[in-house]
Amino acid sequence: MPRLSVWLIRASFLYLLLGLLFGALILAEKGLVFYTPVWNLFPLHVEFLLIGWLFQLALGVAFWIVPRFGKGFSRGPEGLVWAAFILFNFGILIIALQFWIAPAILIGRTAEVCAGILFVFGTWKRIKPQKA
Amino acid sequence: MPLLTRTLIKTGMICLILALILGIALALGATNGLFPAYIHLLVFGWITQLIFGVVFWMFPKYSLEQPRGSEALGWWMYALLNSGLLMRAALEPIQATRPNAFSGWALVLSAALQFASGVLFVINSWKRVREK
Repeated sequence: MPRLSVWLIRASFLYLLLGLLFGALILAEKGLVFYTPVWNLFPLHVEFLLIGWLFQLALGVAFWIVPRFGKGFSRGPEGLVWAAFILFNFGILIIALQFWIAPAILIGRTAEVCAGILFVFGTWKRIKPQKA
Repeated sequence: MPLLTRTLIKTGMICLILALILGIALALGATNGLFPAYIHLLVFGWITQLIFGVVFWMFPKYSLEQPRGSEALGWWMYALLNSGLLMRAALEPIQATRPNAFSGWALVLSAALQFASGVLFVINSWKRVREK
């Protein structure tokens, strides 16, 4: 597994843990009303589990699994995908600050879109038939 | 495909069917706290459980002696995930319509079980995500 996939997948594991923790607190709050502001974690619960866990895991596995090039950089322009990894996580973490920074969601989503575009540019040509 | 993976994927498929049936109930106008059960059966019971199963099966080997990490930990993860999710799916609608101490505390337990399953998954998979 390439180093970049290790980073993407392990980051996704961390978001899984945080997302599940927030979800568990919210569910427990539904059971025993103990601290209503726990509901403020709801957008982070969704962001961390959908974007941080599921999407990022998919990016990590895709970068690892899709066909490699025979010559040169075996997985294409890795720098683009490293930039995608950094921007993607910057976006998620900025969105996590939405209660303190007013335009956080817009900035975060923009970073995530840029990350997605970089990832697509970095892997597009690897989506090809295997050589016989 | 190892037995744990087969069990995870088949249980995930059952969650998928249950979620889709709940989707019909929601489309027919049922409310009463069913929507969270629908979403979590789909996202946690189906997609995440499917991923847990495939990760256990296909990720790089942990060691020659324990290629897939601790199988016992994997089974605990399976048991906690599904008992927590089932408890939630059954009792969350009750807590939403007729809240009582039993369903309230059961939801707290369900939250803890689901979070614990994620922790066990990460513990068992973390070292299998590594560079080659």
